[in-house]
Amino acid sequence: MKNKIIQNTAFTLIALTMLATLFFLASIIYFAAARGLPALSWEFITEVPRNGMTEGGVAPAIAGTFYLTMGAVLFAFPLGVACAVYLQEYSPKGYIVNIIRMGINNLAGVPSVVFGLFGLAVFVKFFGFGVSILSGSLTLGILILPGIISASQEALMAVPLSFREASLAMGATQWQTIRGITLPAALPGILTGLIISIGRAAGETAPILFTAATLYRKGYPTSIFSEVMALPYHIYALMSEGVNPQKQTAIAYGCALILIVLVGLMSSLAIIIRNKYRSVYGH
Amino acid sequence: MNSFKEKLIKRLFCITAYASLLFLAGIMFVLFKESLKALEEVSLPAFLLGREWYPTDTPPEFGALSLFAGSLSVSFIAVLVCVPLGLGSALYLHEIASERQRKILKPVVEILSGVPSIIFGFFGLVVFAPLLQEMFDLPVGQCLLTAAIILGVMTIPTITSLSEDALGFVPRSFKEASYALGADRWQTLRRVTIPAAASGIITSIIMGIGRLMGETMIVLMVAGGAAVIPDSLFSPVRPMTSTIAAEMGEAAQGTLHFSVLFEIGLLLFIITFILNVISELISRRYRLKLGQGR
Repeated sequence: MKNKIIQNTAFTLIALTMLATLFFLASIIYFAAARGLPALSWEFITEVPRNGMTEGGVAPAIAGTFYLTMGAVLFAFPLGVACAVYLQEYSPKGYIVNIIRMGINNLAGVPSVVFGLFGLAVFVKFFGFGVSILSGSLTLGILILPGIISASQEALMAVPLSFREASLAMGATQWQTIRGITLPAALPGILTGLIISIGRAAGETAPILFTAATLYRKGYPTSIFSEVMALPYHIYALMSEGVNPQKQTAIAYGCALILIVLVGLMSSLAIIIRNKYRSVYGH
Repeated sequence: MNSFKEKLIKRLFCITAYASLLFLAGIMFVLFKESLKALEEVSLPAFLLGREWYPTDTPPEFGALSLFAGSLSVSFIAVLVCVPLGLGSALYLHEIASERQRKILKPVVEILSGVPSIIFGFFGLVVFAPLLQEMFDLPVGQCLLTAAIILGVMTIPTITSLSEDALGFVPRSFKEASYALGADRWQTLRRVTIPAAASGIITSIIMGIGRLMGETMIVLMVAGGAAVIPDSLFSPVRPMTSTIAAEMGEAAQGTLHFSVLFEIGLLLFIITFILNVISELISRRYRLKLGQGR
């Protein structure tokens, strides 16, 4: 009897922590929706800011986030997948591979502002790309690289060994096996990782603070060497600069809602693809 | 011919594998190189133990102790928020939730772990800080407690997913053995499952701390920004990350201030690097213990 009471108490406490977690996180979504929706309109997502960012839309910031994210993916995705292929398909297990693995794990734990410092010193100053889409994309690319590698590696690991054996037994070379069998089979898992990385890159602020972002520019970026506005940075800028806090906060709510929806859609898509793919191999 | 092509392809892939190491080494090198000026001109004890942070005064003072204290205090209190809630939620998902609840809650937790930190910072600023200010009748709502709670809430999903994975790795036979001996579910959870998953759980907490120490936007927006050693929960603080983010814009390249900011970055990198290595070592031992050699 006593044990029963202890168990019930403990389980109630555990359930309460779950409720608290959901409450905190639900309240964020609630505020984003309740205060963000009134700011949203067709004009808001298609027009440029006017009157010192107190009116008009945030289209250049949306475009900027799109360019930065695309650039990061173009850089990190091929590199990350190739690295995963080497580690999973080619590499003999050993000392060097362990060091590479540790390197990847450590890179994943580096604070985002430190990536910003690296990007500032290397891309902005040393290579002379300036504060630009290119510098920001490369910085974000390095930031998402470890995630892409791990996701791709896991996807390759999940491909049954028999697939590779069957291909090799047919006389295919190792590269033919990877290109024709292993990579296609691992594709859904790799895509899942890619989509999650896109969400991550779109939401990061600290790495682009000194490498790409600008408070305001007239019109859209014209080349990869242009500075850009970006959604996450725009939220920060609206809250820390300017002279009309009330109007700016309303716009920031709109940006926050767009960003949450964008990232939420990405994660949901990734989860849907993964669930579908799990049922294929029966994991 | 064919085998030549095969070898070439393998080489190419091999090079890409070193990219992460190259970037990691590059980050270390750049941080160190850019900090050289600061390392030469500001003595290490004055930097690490000095409490005065007046980077733009003449002569400037670069004592980073209050910045370090800011990072440490914010992270410590955030841990008090995210570990109980994150771990409790993981236990709920693992032990109590029905299959249907799990199917909904797990993706929800995962989606929430992807919410960008700027969003949390923004809500901290516009919703939570004013609330706290009113509740405790404070002069400003942006302070240590605000930043710590928001940071803690942000980190809950990270701790939950990683701990839940760790609990899931515990072999079923452990639990069955415990039930067979007559233990109830709570006794089994407390005496068998949690201890068996302990190293995985600890790894998740250490990774959470690394994330807390390195988080920038939240502390930049809601920590208050005063470079003092906090003496209460309501003191404004200026953690290392927000100092870099706030001051890099105004520090011209080549100045001592610029270099000192990189030195703070270096310090931050060393701290998170050590945390990463510790969690790596623990998780490796843990895999061996549960007989998962991979």
